Amino acid sequence: MSIETPAVATKGDAAKLDRVVIRFAGDSGDGMQLVGDRFTELSAAFGNDLATLPNYPAEIRAPAGTVAGVSSFQVHISDHDIVTPGDGPNVLVAMNPAALKANLSDLSPGSTVIVNVDGFGERDLDKAGYLDNPLHDGSLAAFTVYEVPMTSITIEATRDLQVKPRVAERSKNFFALGLICWMYTRPVKPIVEWIEAKYAKKEQVREANLAAFRAGRNFGETAELFDHPYEVEPASLPPGTYTNIVGNAAVAYGLIAGAQQAKLQMVYASYPITPASDILHELSKHKNFGVRTMQAEDEIAAAAIAVGAAFSGALAVTGTSGPGLDLKAEAIGLAVSLELPMVIVDVQRAGPSTGMPTKTEQTDLLLALYGRHGESPVPVVAATSSSDCFAAAFEAVRLAVKYRTPVILLTDGYLANGAEPWRLPDLSALPDISVPFATEANHDNGFWPYLRDPTTLARPWAIPGTPGLMHRIGGIEKEDGSGNISYQPENHERMVHLRQAKVDGIAADIPGVELDHQDGAELLVIGWGSTWGAIKAGVRRVRAGGEAVAHAHLRHLNPFPADLGDVLARYPKVLCPEMNLGQLAMLLRGRYLVDVRSYTKVRGVPFRAAEMEARMLEEIRR
Amino acid sequence: MNETAGVTLTRKDFESDQEVRWCPGCGDYSILAALQSVFPEIGMQPHDTVFVSGIGCAARLPYYMNTYGVHSIHGRAPALATGVAMTQPDLHVWVIGGDGDMLSIGGNHLIHALRRNVNIKILMFNNQIYGLTKGQYSPTSEQGKVTKSTPFGSIDHPFNPISVAIGSEASFVARTHDMDRKHMMETFRRAHEHRGAAFVEVYQNCNVFNDGAFDAILKKDARPDMLIPLRHGEPIRFGADGAHGVAVNRFGEPYVCEVADVGEDGLLIHDEHRPDPTLAFSLSRLSTGPHMPTPIGVFRDVDRPVYEVEVAAQVDAAVERQGPGDLAAVLASGPTWTVP
Repeated sequence: MSIETPAVATKGDAAKLDRVVIRFAGDSGDGMQLVGDRFTELSAAFGNDLATLPNYPAEIRAPAGTVAGVSSFQVHISDHDIVTPGDGPNVLVAMNPAALKANLSDLSPGSTVIVNVDGFGERDLDKAGYLDNPLHDGSLAAFTVYEVPMTSITIEATRDLQVKPRVAERSKNFFALGLICWMYTRPVKPIVEWIEAKYAKKEQVREANLAAFRAGRNFGETAELFDHPYEVEPASLPPGTYTNIVGNAAVAYGLIAGAQQAKLQMVYASYPITPASDILHELSKHKNFGVRTMQAEDEIAAAAIAVGAAFSGALAVTGTSGPGLDLKAEAIGLAVSLELPMVIVDVQRAGPSTGMPTKTEQTDLLLALYGRHGESPVPVVAATSSSDCFAAAFEAVRLAVKYRTPVILLTDGYLANGAEPWRLPDLSALPDISVPFATEANHDNGFWPYLRDPTTLARPWAIPGTPGLMHRIGGIEKEDGSGNISYQPENHERMVHLRQAKVDGIAADIPGVELDHQDGAELLVIGWGSTWGAIKAGVRRVRAGGEAVAHAHLRHLNPFPADLGDVLARYPKVLCPEMNLGQLAMLLRGRYLVDVRSYTKVRGVPFRAAEMEARMLEEIRR
Repeated sequence: MNETAGVTLTRKDFESDQEVRWCPGCGDYSILAALQSVFPEIGMQPHDTVFVSGIGCAARLPYYMNTYGVHSIHGRAPALATGVAMTQPDLHVWVIGGDGDMLSIGGNHLIHALRRNVNIKILMFNNQIYGLTKGQYSPTSEQGKVTKSTPFGSIDHPFNPISVAIGSEASFVARTHDMDRKHMMETFRRAHEHRGAAFVEVYQNCNVFNDGAFDAILKKDARPDMLIPLRHGEPIRFGADGAHGVAVNRFGEPYVCEVADVGEDGLLIHDEHRPDPTLAFSLSRLSTGPHMPTPIGVFRDVDRPVYEVEVAAQVDAAVERQGPGDLAAVLASGPTWTVP
């Protein structure tokens, strides 16, 4: 089984593929995300393993027909376990010249390009900045190009439905979906049912989409352009019930599970921000879990509301992206000082400032660890894949509640919107992570809010409404134990060390490094967060090529696993790929005096497996 | 007097063990005393009361109340208090701040807490100066104010806090001052009894950085002619012998008049419960600062749904509609498939 290009084995009419990467690309108004989603759901239900990479402009309607306005959705389906949405597409569907232009550089020679030739008029070419028509000037010679008049066939297919021409024209994305479904032998029924349900009340749209979808399939079958369809058989994944999940939904579910297992009511306060808003949307649907969601007036308020909720005994959560984390810093610092449990979700995006809101990056690591004034330690947890966001969110809740501390959960735009199959977890196996509220005096018949648990160093959580435990706490330095205001020098130093020791102590409560070792490996590749899939795929390729390499991936960025120093010391070479300029690498070098080599990429898109492989081989041969 | 389990609570029950550390002569002392005095009378319990504050001299008050308290960060108290109220709607939540805390750095949170009608009682101690940072002009300082940061006089136009509150859809808006304990206690009682957000501006003297800012209206002999008491259902009149009053001109705007000129029937009858806020807003504009006759008392007291009650109602309705949450069912609610 080749890893570089999909393996083809002829089988009757349909040829078998072990995997394929398809990218739907068009104008942001062309409905590419919609058909990408449909194809993904269909393939998931069919049993393929898959991973997706949506990519769209931040503008809701960027100028039509321009390269800036291109929206694309890449989906990687396979008959075996895969970990990335694929490097370049094997098949590009381009609805107009801009979509072709924006995506061409990602295609390897030999790839297939299916263009909507109706979208290649002079004006369209002009808007995309083409002087000559790329379909005619030989620039696509390296690819297999199919020119399909999608718009005109769609309009023709809907002629008898009496739909408005505009409605008919807009259905061309379903034509493209129909054609791709034919090419990859997808079942028809689920799509038809979905269209019927989705547009139940919009008869014209429903009928036009159905007609377009069927026309696309029929075109594949009857036009003699295509030799034969392909099959990508179901993957043999571990037994269980699967669903398709995106990271933001997994975060929401992980938080709900955390609240349930902590026996706390959740308050989720957030301000709309790309790409984190979907967490608020998802949680707002689940009020029957006792979840109280609130859209605050700003990022600062959302964090402050969470602090108030935490003080009052809720599982307090606020979610945001980088610009919002900047603004929440002061309230997070307050939660550090008040020693209250709170989870802050940062769905990272490309910065600085507004940066590229819909593009992914891992550039908030140092902000999460150190982005507050004073010595302000906060545990930091990162998710490695879309489905892993569930477990990562649960872990963030566990640490927050147990240690009475704000915890930052890092995901990113790629995980937030990317989909993958997820074997549904056994919820009954989740641990009880509840902690008791304080109910009784703890010192000389009085209550000392900063009298700590000797093991965890957590302070008691006495919530308003509890008779006899009235206490006042604030952001001013507190006296060790009593919690009264104190400016005493020795006390301040003791409190700084105590807060640090509490967070450092978590190292004893988390697993050791998740290490994928291979005998003979001299190179350790260490990553964190969403680079997991690309590193994993790179490691597989390197190993398939006969070289040895080890992979460690960090769930906990603060504190690090207790054995991390030992693990790093075992390998003569350490490579750290990150979607930033080397933030983890700097931490590792500083902490462990290890010569970590940094491999960085800051383009708003994830690493590719081929890039990883090449860099690993370079390091191995160094 | 309030009784719980046979124990009668007194002012002492609301005093914490912390030494009060405002400057000697600060107006904050009398506000604190008024709160501690009225709480037993209105049935407050230390354990179900929470004081939330931001930063500033006023914001130290929670440390002195034997209740639950959070001394938080500059300007954010109304937001933090919203989180408290959402989590435990049965608590009595009081927010304390100064004019800088509430109207400058925290202006956004103030207006949104009022708009949402969160059941929190916001006391804004207005001394028209930054005290804790030692004397810069504040958003309520008069234009031309000479301070360390404005040696040639402030060029900022000040806020009228009552106008801001009414403009922010506040359902309860009142003004009182630190020289009149009885009036403060009555105003705090009214704020407590109101269901929803209550905004109370308390004129407070900073005897170190802005001493005498309110003397023109609050000196004992000045009060009769310079304070316009608002009493629900009564004609608005003031002056030692009730010679002055407030009437409404043909544009619907209140103005200060002589009762002799308009006759008793010509006076405006104060109505706290008017659904439309226009008149209350106009009353707040009668005075442009503490140098001319200034209304005190309750400007507005209307009923509106309470934020955290509505939040809880949506949760309850969801449980009623969908049953208690079943996470396994939610996870399996999208398309699923089984790998044998």
